[in-house]
Formats: sequence, structure tokens, C-alpha cells
Amino acid sequence: MSYAQATLIDENDNIEEYLGAHEHKTLLRFITCGSVDDGKSTLIGRLLYDSKMIFEDQLTTLENESQKMGTQGKGIDFALLVDGLAAEREQGITIDVAYRFFTTETRKFIVADTPGHEQYTRNMVTGASTADVAIILIDARKGVLTQTRRHSFVASLMGIKNVVVAVNKMDMVDYGQEAFEEIERDYRAFAENLDIKNITCIPLSALNGENMVTPSNKMDWYDGPALLAYLETVEVEDTLQSKPFRMSVQWVNRPDLDFRGFSGQIASGRVAVGMEIKALPSAKTSRIEKIVTFDGDLPEAVAGQSVTLVLKDEIDISRGDMICAAASPPEMTEQFEGDLIWMGDEPMLPGRPYLMKIGALQIPVTVTGLKHKVNVNTLGKRAAKSLSLNEIAVCNFSTEQSFPFDAFNEIPATGSFILIDRMSNTTVGAGMIHFALRRGSNIHWQALDVDKNTRAELMHQTPKVIWMTGLSGAGKSTIANLVEKKLHSMGKYVYTLDGDNVRHGLNRDLGFSDAERVENIRRISEVAKLMTDAGLIVLVSFISPFAAERRMAREKFEDGEFIEIFIDASLETVEKRDPKGLYKKARKGEIPNFTGISSPYERPENAELVIDSDKMSPEESAEKIVKLLIS
Amino acid sequence: MNNLTHLQRLEAESIHIMREVVAVCKNPVMLYSIGKDSAVMLHLARKAFHPSKLPFPLAHVDTTWKFREMIEFRDNLAKELDFELLVHVNEEGVKQGVGPFSHGSAQHTDIMKTQGLKQMLDHHKFDVAFGGARRDEEKSRAKERIFSFRTKDHRWNPKSQRPELWNLYNCRKDEKESIRVFPLSNWTELDIWQYIYLEDIPIVPLYYAAERPVVEHDGMLLMVDDDRIPLEDGQEPVMKSVRFRTLGCWPLTGAVESTADTLPEIIKEMLLTTTSERQGRAIDKDENASMELKKQEGYF
Repeated sequence: MSYAQATLIDENDNIEEYLGAHEHKTLLRFITCGSVDDGKSTLIGRLLYDSKMIFEDQLTTLENESQKMGTQGKGIDFALLVDGLAAEREQGITIDVAYRFFTTETRKFIVADTPGHEQYTRNMVTGASTADVAIILIDARKGVLTQTRRHSFVASLMGIKNVVVAVNKMDMVDYGQEAFEEIERDYRAFAENLDIKNITCIPLSALNGENMVTPSNKMDWYDGPALLAYLETVEVEDTLQSKPFRMSVQWVNRPDLDFRGFSGQIASGRVAVGMEIKALPSAKTSRIEKIVTFDGDLPEAVAGQSVTLVLKDEIDISRGDMICAAASPPEMTEQFEGDLIWMGDEPMLPGRPYLMKIGALQIPVTVTGLKHKVNVNTLGKRAAKSLSLNEIAVCNFSTEQSFPFDAFNEIPATGSFILIDRMSNTTVGAGMIHFALRRGSNIHWQALDVDKNTRAELMHQTPKVIWMTGLSGAGKSTIANLVEKKLHSMGKYVYTLDGDNVRHGLNRDLGFSDAERVENIRRISEVAKLMTDAGLIVLVSFISPFAAERRMAREKFEDGEFIEIFIDASLETVEKRDPKGLYKKARKGEIPNFTGISSPYERPENAELVIDSDKMSPEESAEKIVKLLIS
Repeated sequence: MNNLTHLQRLEAESIHIMREVVAVCKNPVMLYSIGKDSAVMLHLARKAFHPSKLPFPLAHVDTTWKFREMIEFRDNLAKELDFELLVHVNEEGVKQGVGPFSHGSAQHTDIMKTQGLKQMLDHHKFDVAFGGARRDEEKSRAKERIFSFRTKDHRWNPKSQRPELWNLYNCRKDEKESIRVFPLSNWTELDIWQYIYLEDIPIVPLYYAAERPVVEHDGMLLMVDDDRIPLEDGQEPVMKSVRFRTLGCWPLTGAVESTADTLPEIIKEMLLTTTSERQGRAIDKDENASMELKKQEGYF
């Protein structure tokens, strides 16, 4: 074996000197992409082993396990060192992101070890989000494969500017120069389509330690750096400090009435005492009075540091606001285009509300348009109506309020966000902002002098939305019809929006897939909103099967304006009634996506009124609803 | 250009994590084990909220088998730094006389530590607990998130962890769930020691070598901390210059022979050493994937 064991310190070394030197080490975070077959775990295991990050007891365990389940005969199977969870070790694959650490004289390294298969793209995205460098493994015998393209695309998408192409298993091709050069040519030709600034190709054998720590004498034709030498010296552009100052306020530090500081981690640029700043969204300006830390006040601070800022003037700032350089503030928007990587088990549906977390700000957001999906293997673009787990797309987004941002490729920390599912609370998406959509900022809401209240007053009524949800055949339309008649006879101005009727006109372009059902509800809730604005009482009679969209509809209205009524009937009852013969057809499989049969109905949990239509007649039901409304 | 060093970056990350929890969560607590990692975590917390006082209490789950010097150190520090300290003992376990010698390491740890911890969290209705675990300690920890969610029974499901991207932590949870947050996830043992050295952070004197009475027990060098140690016939404690690389229950924590009595000497010894840190602990040896199993059951 030609590698040399890097030692950190010698028995006779002066430890104070060592500590002094190591105090100034920098940090490099990198991700390794490839599959088990490419020798990825072996490569990491080798880096840990050669930089002396494996201890004797771990080595003993490793040797024992190598004999038991290793794939290297009597040799050490380095892969066993890094395959973490018990289930994975049995299956012989890495299915999550694992973080490893090693250190050399000049740098500390954090390695995000992620699986390479397409079904684990979200894990790779997670690992890549914090990486400065990506190592992409290629098996020298196989060359550039589909997965190589996928990994490179994801690295580029996540803004990684430095890529090492580690052409591994050179021992299997007799350390041949031609094999290596062909792969390098292929790769560079492909990578021209990507946004990767620096590409370095290194021929190596992780198993035998060739070109890992020291230059290999088996490949004299290669005069580039060994892998570790590259990692120790690669310049990770720290251009963040030269960008304009940005800090998202995480926490307002207020120990007593005399001190009010704004704590956060600086996203970009530098801040100094006396500098003029602007707070967003309020757009109020002030100057920096103090930069407070536990170790004393600082004259200035830079990107990456966690600090507490004290301002000269008392301006109102709370968590989620941004403090930025007054001279170069970020744009504000409520509509933007960006990349979206879907990580949820449930598909992403345009129109469905999610929570967006950007910096310390958390606001409701919907995808208003799915422009195209990207095939991660071919980079081809394709139209789509929804996104499934691990799919990547370019989308238009709309937030409930205006927020400050920068383009992701300018300042990653103020241009990246996650999406959170409001029901399950899980993280379902990761996004990178491209640019603001102008229409949001140019089309302002027209304030009119005659408003909802004046209109409603004229009609002597309070506008309401009676939202009736339930299975097809539960009796929604029948009851709505009776309610309308009763209210009409009382002199109220009422209008009924019926699911079937609206699908003949406004929504005739929509089918019954989940994505189209979401859009159906979005449109109808907007129409209902216009009608309440006109002063009307609106009866909505729609199956509206998903809780998320009923909630979305509810949130469009003022408190107390939206009344959800669950017309509850058992599937057995509605199948027996089957007024339009639809259940029979659905059972025969003639109607796809039929609610209750082949598409789910999520029962409301917080409806204002539940009508048990198995037990109550339509007349009684209508009476009850009118009573609720009039009271 | 003012490049941050690796320790500055780690420090800023840990502070960011702690502030996020305090800004978003209702009732956090910091689990304080008195060891060196806890010492660093506490120091970082003081930095994160300065000039405010710590906005959460510290909690110690006392198994009643901790070194006496640890307890003394803990109580003095609480007084000196003026933080709120909660000490919890599983009284049920004490009543049953549970201990490592009588019940074995696994059962002792489960009852006095894991069960004790759950009792403490449930009793005070803490929704978030900071822990000082590091990813470099052990293989299953390498895959655990910084924000690690637990079911209402405190169970960890390694298969359904949330993706953690950039520095955007999703703290939303169900009413009944709780979160374990590990602000030191990306620190290594060397980072911890280096930081203690640079920042002059006080640690329990047991980390420094000194003449201490020890006996050999099950292949480990045990310090005789009180008279609960079962001595074999004719076995007498002998005085040796020893120190501890980790601190836990004294019957489960082996001493190493050493003369390192200053921080630089300790760090030098650590760099020259050829065995991993957890090797002195009886708890990990039970079976290969033992830590993962313990964590699924609620061990921190």
C-alpha cells in the first residue's frame, strides 16, 4: 500500500505550538455522491483511516466485522466503518445522510455521506445544502453514467461551485491514462450544460490508497493533486462577505427595559458600528449603535457570525424581520419563480397552502404555477400537474405577505427556503428563489369607496359563506336548495354555487385528479369571496374532499364569515341513494378518482355544524342551518 | 477578508440553533450531564443569550452513582453562574435498590437514566431538551438530525427523520411530540477540548490526572468513589495516577493511567491515543448496534 498514515502529532512535539497552529484551521464541508458500487464508503473510510480518525478499538471491531460480512476477503472493508444504522448495514446500502469528521494540519472536514440512488435524491439535496465541495465518484470501468449526470445536476442546482470528479477503481483498469482521459472528456462535455465553476478530475483507487493522501507512483502521467491535497487547498470562495449586509432577526434580546438587541446569524456582508441599516418589511432606518457578544462589543462582524445588534433608534422589529444595509436593501416580493425539490411522501399540489420558512420568517405560500418538471437524469423538461417525492421543478410561488429576498445564486442564505406541510408538520420541500414576478408588485389592490360593509348595510344582512361539504349523494344540493328558498322568502340576498353547475362553466377545464380538485376549490373559494364582498350570502355545495383546501378556503374570509357544514352520510347510505347512478359506475371502475370509492374523503374535524343526513330529513336540516345563520 | 476559523463557525452554528429553539418553542430545558460536552454547551448558551440570563433551566438526571466530585462541581457552578438547576432522581429505582453492581449496566442505565429522564421531561412538560451529543461519538449518532423528534413515548424513529437543509430548522410539532436538539452535532472530541482550552471553560477536576484509589473490575480501572464497590477477596484499592476521558456513573466509567494534569497535556494525550472515547464506557459494548436500540427506546 502506498498511502502514508498522516499523524496529527508526535510524542515530542510541542503541544502549545500545535494548539496555536490548529486554532487557525478553517472548515470545509463536502458531500460525496455515488453509489455503494462506486466505492464511496470505501473512499470515506479510507480518508478517515489515513487521517487517523479511526481508533484502535474501532479498527478491531472493523477487522472482526470485515471477516464476518466484509466484501474484501481477508482485507479490511472500509465501507463497514461508515455504514451507520443497523438496518442499512444488513442491506448493504446507505439510505440516509450521515455526517463524518476528520481533520488535518490545515483544515477540519465535515463530510455529508449520502446515498446515490434516484429514490434518495432528497437525501443528497439535504447533504448538498451545506456543502462547499462535491466529490462525484465514477467507476473507471463504467465511465459517466446516468447517476453521474444526476448527481452533478443536483450539485449544480444546490449552488455548489467546486466539483471533484473522483475516477475510482483505477486499479481495475491497470491505472491506464487513456481510460481516465476519456472519462474526463465525457464529463467536461456534459458539464458545460451546468452551472459548476471549477471541475477537477482525479484518477484514484480508494481501496489501495492511490492518489488519496499522497500522489500515486502508479500513475506518473497524472500531475494534479491527490484527493486530500485538493481538499486541503481548494479555495472556497468566501465572497459572501463582500455582498451587501443581511441578517434575519431570530430573537429579540430584551433582558430588561434598558436593553433591546436583535439576535441573529449574519447571512451576508459585514456590519460595523455606525453603519446605516434598514429594517424590512417596515423600511424604517437607523444606525448600528453596538454589536454585542458575550466576549465584549465588536467594532464589526461578518457573514457567518451569530451576533446581537443594538440600534440607535427605537424601531419596531420582531422575529422574522430582516436587518440590511440601508444603501443596498434586498427586493421585496409576494410572487416569485424558483426551483422546488419535493421531499414529501404526499405529492405537491399547486394551489394547496404550505408554510414557507425563509430565514426566521415563516409565512403561508402556495405554488401558483408548475412551469415544468426537470428529469434529473437527462435534464429534459416536462409539463406536469403535480410533483412526487424526489421530483424537481421550476414553479411560480405566491406568499400571503410581501417578504425580502435575494436570488439564491447571489446570496444563498436569503434566497433559500423550506416548505412545511401544515397537517403533518414535516419538511416537504426545499426551494431556491430565481427572481420576483413583476405582476405582484405592479398590480395593486384597487381600494374602492363603496365597500363590503356599505353594500351589506343596504341589503340589511351580514355576508356569509355556508360551505357544505360531504360525499356525493349526501344531500348537499337538496339541502342548499331548501336553505336558499327559506332565506329568499325572508328577504335575504342569497346565491348558491353548486359543484356540478360550476363544472359546466368556470371549471369545465378541470378533471378529478387531486391537483385539479385543489384548483377547483381554489377558484370556487375566490368566487365566493367576490360574492361576499358584493354583500351576498353564498351557499357553496361542493364535495371538497380535502381538509387542506377547506382550510385554505376558510382562511380567505374574515373571522366568523365562513361557516363549514358537514353533511354526513355513510357510504352505505349514499350508495343506496345513488341519485345519479355514479356509485354504480365507480364500483365498476368506469369513473376514476371517485370520492369515497377510489379517491379519499377527509372528514372535517372542526365544522361549525354536522348534519347527520342518515337520521335527519332535508327539511329539518335546512331549518337547522337557517337557525344557525339567523342567530 | 476575515475568514472565520473552524471553531468560530461551529460556535456560530450552535448559537444559531439554541436561539431558534428559544424563539420558537414553549418550554425548553438543557440536559446537563456535568461532563465536558455539557460544559461547552452551557458556555455556548451563555454566549447565545447574553446579556440576558439563560432563558431555560438546566436539568441533571442523577443516577445516584455519579462521582462525588461531579455533584460538587455541578452545585458550585449553579451557584456561581446563577442558573436554575433541576435535579431529578428516579425514586422508584432508588426504592428498588437499583445499581450497576446489583442489576448490571444495562438495567441500571435503563431505569436510573433513561426512565429517570422520561419522568423528568414528562413531569415538567418540557417540549424541547438540548443534549450535548456529538455525531462523531458513535455510528448511529452520525445519522441523527440536529432537531430530532420523539413520539409522546419518547421513541426515536430513525426511518422518519425530517430533512434538514441549510440552517433552516423546522420546529413545528404535534402537541404531544417533543424534540431533542443537539447543538454540538458537528463538533468533534478534539474541537471540544480545543474550545475548552481557548475559552478557559471550567471542567470537573476528574478529567485531569491525579493520584486516585483504583481497583480492577471487569477489565476496567475503577476509581473507588465510595464504599458501595464490591471488592473481591483480598482486593485492595491502589493509588495510581489516573484520569477520565468521559464521565458517567463511576462504576461504569473506566479510568486511564495518565500523568496529563494540564489541558494541553490532555489534548496531546488525546491526539496520541489509539482508542476511541466511548471505549471506556460499559454501556456500548452490549451489542454492536446497542446505541441505536437504546436511542429508539428513549435514551438520549
